[in-house]
Amino acid sequence: MKKYNDLEYLRLSKGQKFLYRLVSFFAAIPVALKNGCLGIGRFFKNLAAAIGRELADIVLTFKNGDWKTRLSFLIMGFGSMARGQVLRGLLFLLFEAVFIFYMIMGGGHWMSLLSSLGRIGPHDEYSAVLDAYTKVYGDNSFKILLYGVLTIFFIIALVYTWRLNIKQNKIAEDILRSGKKLRSGKEDLKSMVDDQFHKTLLALPLTGIILFTVMPIIFMVLVAFTNYDGSHDGYNNALFTWVGLKNFRTMLTWSGSGVNYSATFGEILTWTLIWAFFATFTNYFLGMFVAMMINKKGIYLKKLWRTVLVLTIAIPQFISLLYVSKMFAKNGIVNGLLLDLGWITQAIDFMGSQAHNALLPRVMVILINIWVGIPYLMLITTGILMNIPADLYESSRIDGANAWQQYTKITLPYMLFITGPYLLTSFTNNINNFNVIYLLTGGAPTNAAASGAAGSVGYTDLLITWLFKITMGAESQYYMASVIGILVFLVVAIISLVVYNVLPSIKNEEDFQ
Amino acid sequence: MSNKRHMGLRASAHISNTLIYIVLVVMSVVWLIPFICIVLQSFRVESTWQVGYVIPQKWGWDNYVALWNSDFKRWYLNTFITALATAVGQTVFVLCMSYTLSRFRFKMRQGLMRFMLVLGMFPNMLAMIVLYRVLKDLGLTQANAVPGLILVYIASSGMGYYVSKGFFDTIPKSLDEAARVDGATRAQVLWKIILPLAKPIVIYTILTAFMAPWGDFVLARYISFGTSAGMNVAVGMYSWLQQDMIGQRYTMFCAGGVVVAIPVTILFMCLQKYYVEGVTGGAVKG
Repeated sequence: MKKYNDLEYLRLSKGQKFLYRLVSFFAAIPVALKNGCLGIGRFFKNLAAAIGRELADIVLTFKNGDWKTRLSFLIMGFGSMARGQVLRGLLFLLFEAVFIFYMIMGGGHWMSLLSSLGRIGPHDEYSAVLDAYTKVYGDNSFKILLYGVLTIFFIIALVYTWRLNIKQNKIAEDILRSGKKLRSGKEDLKSMVDDQFHKTLLALPLTGIILFTVMPIIFMVLVAFTNYDGSHDGYNNALFTWVGLKNFRTMLTWSGSGVNYSATFGEILTWTLIWAFFATFTNYFLGMFVAMMINKKGIYLKKLWRTVLVLTIAIPQFISLLYVSKMFAKNGIVNGLLLDLGWITQAIDFMGSQAHNALLPRVMVILINIWVGIPYLMLITTGILMNIPADLYESSRIDGANAWQQYTKITLPYMLFITGPYLLTSFTNNINNFNVIYLLTGGAPTNAAASGAAGSVGYTDLLITWLFKITMGAESQYYMASVIGILVFLVVAIISLVVYNVLPSIKNEEDFQ
Repeated sequence: MSNKRHMGLRASAHISNTLIYIVLVVMSVVWLIPFICIVLQSFRVESTWQVGYVIPQKWGWDNYVALWNSDFKRWYLNTFITALATAVGQTVFVLCMSYTLSRFRFKMRQGLMRFMLVLGMFPNMLAMIVLYRVLKDLGLTQANAVPGLILVYIASSGMGYYVSKGFFDTIPKSLDEAARVDGATRAQVLWKIILPLAKPIVIYTILTAFMAPWGDFVLARYISFGTSAGMNVAVGMYSWLQQDMIGQRYTMFCAGGVVVAIPVTILFMCLQKYYVEGVTGGAVKG
């Protein structure tokens, strides 16, 4: 492709600029990939070098250190305690003790079974006392996987703390040698609310995130490579074990014979993207439009109109969504009204299981989502619209611009520039918009063509509701749910990456003056 | 306005304003109709199932009485406790996180923020499957779902720091520095200087944290897992609208909806100013 220099680029029209950025983004992919691979190589090289340096430093510390330092290699925190920094020393020692306790209590056992996820499953065993066969439970694959991962985390933490403990000894020795005094425990405590305050503040939230978000996600990513499901629950009925890439193959290979996972996945992905596109942009433009109407000079009762709309945000969504879904049910109010008016002769199933095609329910969920979303967008855009400098409109009117030109040349670029990041997050949120779909239609109407895949797929199902249904079903194919989750992540990540690189407003580049 | 002198322009402004009024009135009706219907149907006593008309033929408090005698009380209490605890815990976590990321420059800061961004791209439903099993081992599911729910809501809430970090970024750093020069510790700066200034964002965080549990459906459904005593209002009332229940429970659902919506709406309307500030700021800063 042709490369433009800055001057040539500035002469392009808006559409050409966008196209140019898009094309150059995709043209840059091979280079980026190459750089990425090189970067990974460099990373490992640096990592190896860093480990080498650390090891050399550790050996040197041991060689040059006094006996207190040397003993700290075995008993963490000993050096600190011997030099009077009791609090630090105790903390190191405590960590070591907890680690040893954890490893003895089962950490070591779980980690040793990680490669097989358990050897002995539940089985019947003859009991001489009862003179009968009774069920005996063996290993627990779920716990092995979970605590195995936890143990690996723990070991990494221990290595890091151990290294820290050695570094502390070296620093303490240096300070003492230069004739200064070490920090006391009291000063340590004080630094926790002062120059080390960020560590104090982050401690709890980060622990929470690691335990309740990072760990579960790592676990579930690993589940995608196992056969964990309702009939292999790892303890009660059968163990589960590693199956390699089998599940990804099931999901992504096109077998051609109609009913299979890949066809279903493709169909649901397409609808998910269509949904996310419409849900985001209809809300955005209509919400902005409503905000502009209310903002317009000469419109009275501005506060009333806003309050009416904002009121609907306050009411918990599950109430309004469930209620609206029942309003449009076959025996709901809307059908009742239409029948009474004589506009229809037979009740329409707008979104239920008997809707006779996929289109109507899909349009309905998008329309109802507009109803849900406009108030939010009205709120968000009102403030921004009022911040647009009035003299821009003033001078454009003198130049003879009409309302439409003002909108496309002033309002819209300004809004897109300011709300670019919001649009991106709202798009990715809509990809995962579980509540609206599940509470409105529950995925209905059923997609008969997709009956080969687990989770009774419907025409309005998004990937995320499909994932949920799979885990709630009788079979509970957790491994498939996990594969879908990973694919959703990839979709979101790719979209974010492309948008970040192509849209100028997100990178705060230029284009609006 | 200068164009008021031109009669033609004035007339067209009149027409467009009239059109706008019509649109606004229609919109207000469309937006309010479902809620008006809920309120009206909650007072209908002649039948409990869904009907094709709006105005009840017989009015009464029967549905509210039935509500009082059902599991709804328990669900309501569950949700209320969850919401209160979450509002406190989540606010603390979010403020810690956002203040730190806004004010301190430490080695891992950029890496941490990038890491959380990537982490947020995983659908959080994935984590729920594991959390359910883990909480079950801890005995925090089904009838004991409330502490389990609170734990999960609070634990991961640090990830939602964006809006309040954006707010903290707007408070000038020179304030911190001046106080530090006067000998205040970092913690004192936060307590005595930043927090009083950050009142709007604190209220916004409390408000959103309090409102979220009222609408949460998925996680609450996983964790209560069919046990009525552990359900929140969303899960419990969802079950009333399923095929086997809707015949007897439809009007009760409407009454329940009213009872749930009233306190949340009143709270929201009182603190609306702060909500608008937070939402607008969040959209602008991403």
